[in-house]
Amino acid sequence: MTTTSDAPPKAGFRPSQLIYDTRYRSLTIQVIAFIALMLGLSWLVSNTITNLSALGKDFDFGFLGQRAGYDINQRLIEYDSTSTHGRAALVGILNTLLIAVLGCVLATIVGVLAGVLRLSKNWLVAKLMAIYVEGFRNIPVLLWILLIFALMTEATPQPRDFREGGDASMILGDTIAITNRGVFIPAPFWGAGAGILLAVFLVSLVAIFFWRRYAHRTQEQTGRILPIGWGTLGLLIVPTAVAFLALGMTSGRVTQPVLATGATEGMTLADYAASQQTINACAVPFSTESLNLRRLMRSQEIRFNYVAVEDAAGALTALEAGNCNILSLPASVDIATVPAGAVALSDTIRRGMPVEFERPVLGGFNFEGGLQLRNSLIALWLALSLYTGAFIAENVRGGILSVSKGQTEAAFALGIKPSRTMRLVILPQALRVIIPPMISQYLNLTKNSSLAIAVGYMDVRSTLGGITINQTGKELEGMLLLGLFYLVTSLIISSAMNLYNSRVKLKER
Amino acid sequence: MSDTHSQTVPFVRETMIPQAEPPVGNRGVILWMRENLFSGWFNIITTLISLYVIWWALSHTMPWVFRGIWNASSLTECRAIRDATLPEGTSAACWAVLTDRWQQLLFGFYPRELYWRPVLSLVIFLVAIAPVLFPRVPRGALLFTAVSPFVMFWLLWGGTAWFPISIGLGFVLGWAAWRALAPMAGTLVASIVAVALPIVYWLYTAGPLARELEQVIPFRMEYVSSQDFGGFMLSFIIGIAGIILSLPLGILLALGRQSDLFIINKISVGFIEIIRGVPLIVWLFTASLLLNYFLPPGTNFDLMLRVIIMVTLFAAAYIAEVVRGGLAALPKGQYEGADSLGLSYWQSMRLIILPQALKISIPGIVNTFIGLFKDTTLVVFIGLLDPIGLSNAIRASTEWNGIYWELFVFIGLLFFICCFSMSRYSLYLEKKLQRGHN
Repeated sequence: MTTTSDAPPKAGFRPSQLIYDTRYRSLTIQVIAFIALMLGLSWLVSNTITNLSALGKDFDFGFLGQRAGYDINQRLIEYDSTSTHGRAALVGILNTLLIAVLGCVLATIVGVLAGVLRLSKNWLVAKLMAIYVEGFRNIPVLLWILLIFALMTEATPQPRDFREGGDASMILGDTIAITNRGVFIPAPFWGAGAGILLAVFLVSLVAIFFWRRYAHRTQEQTGRILPIGWGTLGLLIVPTAVAFLALGMTSGRVTQPVLATGATEGMTLADYAASQQTINACAVPFSTESLNLRRLMRSQEIRFNYVAVEDAAGALTALEAGNCNILSLPASVDIATVPAGAVALSDTIRRGMPVEFERPVLGGFNFEGGLQLRNSLIALWLALSLYTGAFIAENVRGGILSVSKGQTEAAFALGIKPSRTMRLVILPQALRVIIPPMISQYLNLTKNSSLAIAVGYMDVRSTLGGITINQTGKELEGMLLLGLFYLVTSLIISSAMNLYNSRVKLKER
Repeated sequence: MSDTHSQTVPFVRETMIPQAEPPVGNRGVILWMRENLFSGWFNIITTLISLYVIWWALSHTMPWVFRGIWNASSLTECRAIRDATLPEGTSAACWAVLTDRWQQLLFGFYPRELYWRPVLSLVIFLVAIAPVLFPRVPRGALLFTAVSPFVMFWLLWGGTAWFPISIGLGFVLGWAAWRALAPMAGTLVASIVAVALPIVYWLYTAGPLARELEQVIPFRMEYVSSQDFGGFMLSFIIGIAGIILSLPLGILLALGRQSDLFIINKISVGFIEIIRGVPLIVWLFTASLLLNYFLPPGTNFDLMLRVIIMVTLFAAAYIAEVVRGGLAALPKGQYEGADSLGLSYWQSMRLIILPQALKISIPGIVNTFIGLFKDTTLVVFIGLLDPIGLSNAIRASTEWNGIYWELFVFIGLLFFICCFSMSRYSLYLEKKLQRGHN
């Protein structure tokens, strides 16, 4: 963009050429800019050093190894108040990534649906979608987060309303309870054979990949069109379902003993419970043994404490240490290796399906069992998804409109079915327009997730950039790390976008 | 055959029959409904579902809205009135919170007897922006536009009028230096002087000059501290200041990013990517927590000013990307054409490149502005009282403890009106600037 040199080169060099000769002027400007930048930076750094020393602070990241001392109510990895600040930051990062991934998935679904429906021939549907899009695009996302959070906490029933005679009830066949303390959904428990099930599922994914490749190649070589969609669907469902049923029929029916210390051989669980003061059950969290043991206890109305252990070996050591007096081991453990003192009761439990779901049930004051999704998570998730979905809807609409009508007409003229026209002609062209802005919307969603502070969701800004900074007084280091995390995340996402862009770019000469 | 036929036909019509109306089912409302609502079984089902959704939403909200109670001094009084006048179990909005607290939602804690000042500033702003937005307004009005920021500043904060005047003098000084030096010493020197001179003047002369003038001719009105600013007034001030300041900065950054000069290019890229990669809320916390570290010991300036600076930098980075898109979309021939006419870099940018590039970027720029205006709500997290902050404050008072929806509806509606009119304006501008044939 610089203008080309207009003066013919002359012999000798005069200092005035630095300003007037376009060959040297750009160099002059850059040197001046560079010096100004360096001066500015050194000014900032020297100010920072002076200020830090005046406050008696130093610049180091040692605080990440110190004890955090605060609790985080939602965590994807082990954490308690004795963990370090670094661990707390990691919990926060995982929470941020969780909300980002959940939000991106839902926003895509909502956005694509709304974008397509906005082009609907049905006037009413198109107008409804226009109201949704304009409403969400023109009102701050913070307001939406607060509004949905208020809806979740103020307008939903309390757990006690779910009792007999209360005016609230669970939905979807008593599996999901929406309360003002959060949404309770069934929790998955993994039993024997879950690994096999997972392996079967992965193998079928690989098979799908090869099936699609084979089908495409067949079509290119012979023109014969294989049923790609049905094949994919079948491969996705059938092997996994067959494996699930087979495992359920065989190993799922097998029973295994319940072991207890201080009991006599063949005692019933009820007698044993009556003989003990407290019952501490050792179990691996989210395993079917723990679920079935708990079901057994509940059915006999025995109160017990739940001691979480890592695995079977952990359960045995906990038993020997006296931390618990009753346990049921994963099927892989040979009963003979169980240490002396533990004997089998007459009650047995089923080994269970590879995957079983535990429904939340109303306990003393709140729902027990199942997974509790906190209101903060739900409100943030819904608000971010609906807000970003409105933007994605506009991208999708623009993308579809950008494909000229002639393309559809040409496809019809060739006798291609409408569904195939959409899949093979319209979508590939529309996606090239839709996906880049969609990815930058994902980026926006990830950055907007820092508004979690409004509803008390513990994301990385609330842990590392909030409580940790307040407790240690390390604003500079904390904010630097926080900024770095967001920067790296967005650079990764945008480089993925650039990669995609260069792949789908129209190949021009 | 045709011969015999023509002989056997006794009558040949010689005039046209007047055009008949289409059948009832094929015209007017019925045709429209058949085409748009009931064109097939699938369409009929979606229409019914949509009607149900609309009915459900309206039947749940409209009674609440229209039964609303406008005269009460607290939420308990509202509920007492509702229970006394309405049948058992009906819900009704308590709009009384708005009649009671609308001043706070709009002006924060600005002194009541001075409300005319922000209102007058808004009027001045609307008048000043008119020549920029609508080309029919005479060009001479732009002079008023140039003066208006200083007038608005004085009206809002008050204090001595000499302060904004002496700040404004800096711009005049820079302009004068440019006009005086450009013919003599060339554009590079002139522009360096025109930038450096006002900065030196602002740093060392403007403050004392204002004080001296104030002592000679007192010209002041009541000073209002930034801490009393709040509500929509605060959102407007931050939003408008950010919008006005970020556009030129964003254009400069975009030019820097497109530039061939290696260092300028890398500085711009680094600035844009770093600013865009980190959420605004982190930048706002930086402004409130860290700015004291980066400035000389003892400096301390207004939190609102810091927020405006941060919001401006943030929006500038986004605008830079939008404008860069516009610059990149121009055909290369435009750049080459400008060069071949012998225009300098700045001339070619000002006369040829930017007018076209900005036109392409208008929707993106307006979207950025809408985003900026919406993002002003984030200042609540660093303790400024924007509408959302005030709604929390109102809810914390004993009279209005537990009121949610009415405040949310009011705030949402005001934001919607502002943002929606901005997006309509962008559509109008796009249409007006359209030069193609489609």
